[in-house]
Amino acid sequence: MSLPLLPGVIADPVNRTLRKVPAWPLYILGAIPPVVLFWAGVTGRLGVDPVKDMEHQMGEWGLWLLIAGLCVTPMRRYAGISLLKYRRAFGLLAFFYILGHLLIWLVLDVQILSQIWADIVKRPYITVGMGAFVLMIPLAVTSNNASIRRLGKTWRRLHKLVYAIALLGSLHFVLLVKGFQIEPYIYMAVILALLALRLPRTGKRRSLRAA
Amino acid sequence: APTGLTPNTLEEITNYNNYYEFGTGKEDPAEYAHNLTTAPWSVEINGMVDKPGTYALEDIVKGKDIEERIYRLRCVEAWSMVIPWNGFQLSALLDQVGVQSGAKYVAFETAYRPDEMIGASRPVLDWPYREGLRLDEAMNPLTLLATGIYGKDLLGQNGAPLRLVVPWKYGFKSIKSIVRITLQEEQPFTSWKDANHREYGFYSNVNPTVDHPRWSQATERVIGAGLFGSRRETDMFNGYGDEVAGMYSDLDLQKNF
Repeated sequence: MSLPLLPGVIADPVNRTLRKVPAWPLYILGAIPPVVLFWAGVTGRLGVDPVKDMEHQMGEWGLWLLIAGLCVTPMRRYAGISLLKYRRAFGLLAFFYILGHLLIWLVLDVQILSQIWADIVKRPYITVGMGAFVLMIPLAVTSNNASIRRLGKTWRRLHKLVYAIALLGSLHFVLLVKGFQIEPYIYMAVILALLALRLPRTGKRRSLRAA
Repeated sequence: APTGLTPNTLEEITNYNNYYEFGTGKEDPAEYAHNLTTAPWSVEINGMVDKPGTYALEDIVKGKDIEERIYRLRCVEAWSMVIPWNGFQLSALLDQVGVQSGAKYVAFETAYRPDEMIGASRPVLDWPYREGLRLDEAMNPLTLLATGIYGKDLLGQNGAPLRLVVPWKYGFKSIKSIVRITLQEEQPFTSWKDANHREYGFYSNVNPTVDHPRWSQATERVIGAGLFGSRRETDMFNGYGDEVAGMYSDLDLQKNF
């Protein structure tokens, strides 16, 4: 059920405008922040600990993009605004940002192979983050029209994995901070709220049918 | 003690700090710590001492031999930097106030001023920040009360105007902006152990063989080494074993981490 005012007053003109805006520029826009970030790191403009700064920023961007992807369905359902054609870009960019986040950790941060493996199996926050990344791989690989055609209903089911991925991503953040810090819980709450919006609204449907 | 250490730049030392009373970001203390009023400053010294009282900072520093000590600081978060401190031995102050027999520990407390400390209104830790040492650790010649870095007065983010430096322990033991020192018989309350006793012990000696439950302590990122700078292997007692290992010969350091 959409909000009463939105469809006519806001959603229609927004949708009309969006119809003219293709999705492909998102990939180019999305490539800019990591390049800027890396260059800032190389030229010493990322502060005292550039590796951690890059690592955190890429991880945070990844979470933002996952959240953007999770907003698409509620935006259509509750505001009547269709962002569907951008969802693949959100998802794929999220994958590439998290891949970058992981590579920075592997290559620039930990560096030591044996320690990387020990961290993955022994440290819950890394196990959780790694799990989320591994789950993203099949989604990234099947984010193309051919896979959608070939997999049919299975594709839809497979891509529901993003719910688990987003939750694990925010849990990874919650687990890694020291002391009680509010920011990771905000991410987790936003993701939980976006997932809650997807719960079947049986009560309302029943009452509609009754009426 | 490690020799030939190359100190980090003042820029690095003053812009990469853990001081949660000013926020949990590494740059937060540099941004907000100037709000802390550091003059006048006094320290209450109480408990099992001959001359308890509230001492003005000037009276604490007066007559002390301020020397430069270049120490490596190893954070529990597995990074390290090298800092040229200016300060005097804590033992000199303890001798001045007269430690009574029976005192076994020294408890320290950081200023708690939510009006001046933007992060202190958040329940990150059970404020005020508190730390503690065993008396022999406090009397060790390596243990410093610092008043400066690179010959300049300490900045707020580094714990102005008076802070502890205990180079063989993780950085959080080196409590900042001290307002109270208490000599006592029982082991003091320490903030991080209180927050999570599985992760942070009372001793918190730098020890590459005892991992933090969430990360390895075997190696450390060298701050200032740049984007491609490598890690270094963490030294037992942060390299200060010759001076301090003897204090722990009877202690199981795996259990008393």
